[in-house]
Amino acid sequence: MSRADTAAYAGGPAAAGDPGVRRWFWTLGLFRSEVTTTFRRWRTLALLGVLAAVPVLVGIAVKIETGDGGSAGGGAGQGPAFIAQITNNGLFLVFTALAATLPFFLPMAVGVVAGDGIAGEASAGTLRYLLVAPAGRSRLLLAKYAATLAFCLVATLTVAVSALIVGALLFPLGELTTISGTRISLSEGLWRALLIALVVAASLIGLAALGLFVSTLTNSGIAAMATTVGLLIAVQILDTIPQLDALHPYLFSHHWLSFADLMREPVHWDDLLSNLRLQLIYAAVFGSAAWARFTAKDITA
Amino acid sequence: MAPYETSRTTEEADDHGTGRRKATRYVVPVAVAGVAAATIGLVPALADSGDPDLPKITAEELVEKIAASDTEQLSGSVKISTDLGIPAFGDAMSSLAPGGEGGDSSADPQSRLMELASGTHTLRVAADGPDKQKLSIVDDTSEYSLIHNGDDVWAYDSGSDEAFHAEAEKGAHGKGKAEGEDKLGGATPKEFAEEALKAVDDTTSVTVDGTAKVAGRDAYQLLIKPKQSGSTIGSIRIAVDADNGVPLKFTLNPSSGGKAAIDAGFTDVDFAEPDAKTFDFKPNKGTKVTEADEAGKEHKGDKGPRPEGLEDLEGLEGMNVIGEGWSSIATFDTGAPLPTSGSASGDVPPEADKLLSALGDQVKGDFGKGTVFSTRLVNALITEDGKVYAGAVDKATLVKAANAAK
Repeated sequence: MSRADTAAYAGGPAAAGDPGVRRWFWTLGLFRSEVTTTFRRWRTLALLGVLAAVPVLVGIAVKIETGDGGSAGGGAGQGPAFIAQITNNGLFLVFTALAATLPFFLPMAVGVVAGDGIAGEASAGTLRYLLVAPAGRSRLLLAKYAATLAFCLVATLTVAVSALIVGALLFPLGELTTISGTRISLSEGLWRALLIALVVAASLIGLAALGLFVSTLTNSGIAAMATTVGLLIAVQILDTIPQLDALHPYLFSHHWLSFADLMREPVHWDDLLSNLRLQLIYAAVFGSAAWARFTAKDITA
Repeated sequence: MAPYETSRTTEEADDHGTGRRKATRYVVPVAVAGVAAATIGLVPALADSGDPDLPKITAEELVEKIAASDTEQLSGSVKISTDLGIPAFGDAMSSLAPGGEGGDSSADPQSRLMELASGTHTLRVAADGPDKQKLSIVDDTSEYSLIHNGDDVWAYDSGSDEAFHAEAEKGAHGKGKAEGEDKLGGATPKEFAEEALKAVDDTTSVTVDGTAKVAGRDAYQLLIKPKQSGSTIGSIRIAVDADNGVPLKFTLNPSSGGKAAIDAGFTDVDFAEPDAKTFDFKPNKGTKVTEADEAGKEHKGDKGPRPEGLEDLEGLEGMNVIGEGWSSIATFDTGAPLPTSGSASGDVPPEADKLLSALGDQVKGDFGKGTVFSTRLVNALITEDGKVYAGAVDKATLVKAANAAK
């Protein structure tokens, strides 16, 4: 699909004249074509479908379990974060669903899309055609990364919106109790839910860069996806080993659950900020590594 | 490949044809990674350095400053690390503590208190006068809050969505301490400092030891040291806000060296009035609420078979205190000889016997034989004939005391 789009754009920028403007035009055009390619794939839609199904499952499970007046999660703080509060307020299903998908489902979907970025084109034999268009490798890479980030955002919002709909259908909405015990209005709660979704999406930008870098290393799309998801699992395991304490602040998944700090009153910013900082560092390191690799690579497929 | 190179690469790649140029590109990610790693590692260390210049002050003046401090409004975060040298202390003790066993509300303050006895925790505190206080233990995705507001004391555990409710004790208002508040409130630097200053007498040296920056505020450091030898407490360091005399950081170092046994300090603090909403708590319809009265009855009902908490030891008959100040040793007679390893008492299962000897060290002296149980701060000697000597003193001092008592 992107090949056709790019080709269609080949005549476009000529009209723009000024080279600076033309470059930006190119980047935007590339980005748009990459985004449409990504979201028109059946694979992407299936991933989004799975993500949307998670809140439905959680919501129905909690509804059934608490149907007889019992409390969810065994009442002892078991299960994903926030699950005990869902029966009080459907909005908490958004937070539970994000907490349940963030450790694995969401990053796995991002790993698939990011890993496919360059290596997928290479294994399909379409990468060289993409590079025939005078857009430049750096800009192609940038467009790929931007498209992956767009997917991070869309995937997170898919989970959040699906959870909000299920939560509103199955459970009451209204004033909600923050985890600090104070109360906030529903509109404030919705605002925080949006913020949390954005933070969760931002938590994935480090992994997206890592996946893209892996994708520049190989010509096999499957290998790149598998490596990215494998790295994700390895990092998650490392993060649970207490003896590796010194290593933990450097792992991209270490602060992922810090999004819960947005539900404290007052908001506890320390971990949230270290999460965002860490993601930016990962994006910078692996983004530049991907650039170094991709711009210097022999394209044979 | 070479002949095809130009037709396949784009404008940018053309400029970087040679292998060396390609390699230099990797300098960029490596440099970024290096700078980032250094920043993560060094920034906290750098932020700690740089002691502020403050006018000189004597120890007496500083202690008075703490006592005279009338700050009643503050909010902030406290980081508390405890390393008492007891593995899995929290788990073991919560099963010993009354109310810590299953079936009770997980929001019961007593069972949560023990959590703080080991590991590192973040607490958030807020106070507004004597009637409104809040203390929260911050967990990964949940929070345990103790809220005192007027006549009510609420405890709310967001992880399990359970609440605990008690009436604030009448007459406790002036001091602003209800039962639960008193217990968990003991984790803030201020409470630690008050306890430490109570212990100050002529066996103690109190000095001002420089200045420090704590939570972005200038502070004096008060250093408290036992004059006697034999204490397991090496030194206590209290950072006191230079402006208003509020203790900001409390560090207790054992004399054996190593990591601090207790380290509690503000990571950020604000002396403005906290939001009134902070102290409001109303349980949701679905929230399970345990009333203190009911919980209390349950406890009394089944207290018999339970191992009693450490505080009950004080009620034992024949409790004596040997020595004074920091090296004072509490001693009492349990009456019955305790099973020690090697004693051939038949009623002790071999597993328990093994456990006892694994936990303690065997010692011998004029008093006979005994077992010393040690932690980083408190050592206890239990002799063959059932006498117990315990205190914040080292092993040799305990044996000496036992010998002298013989």
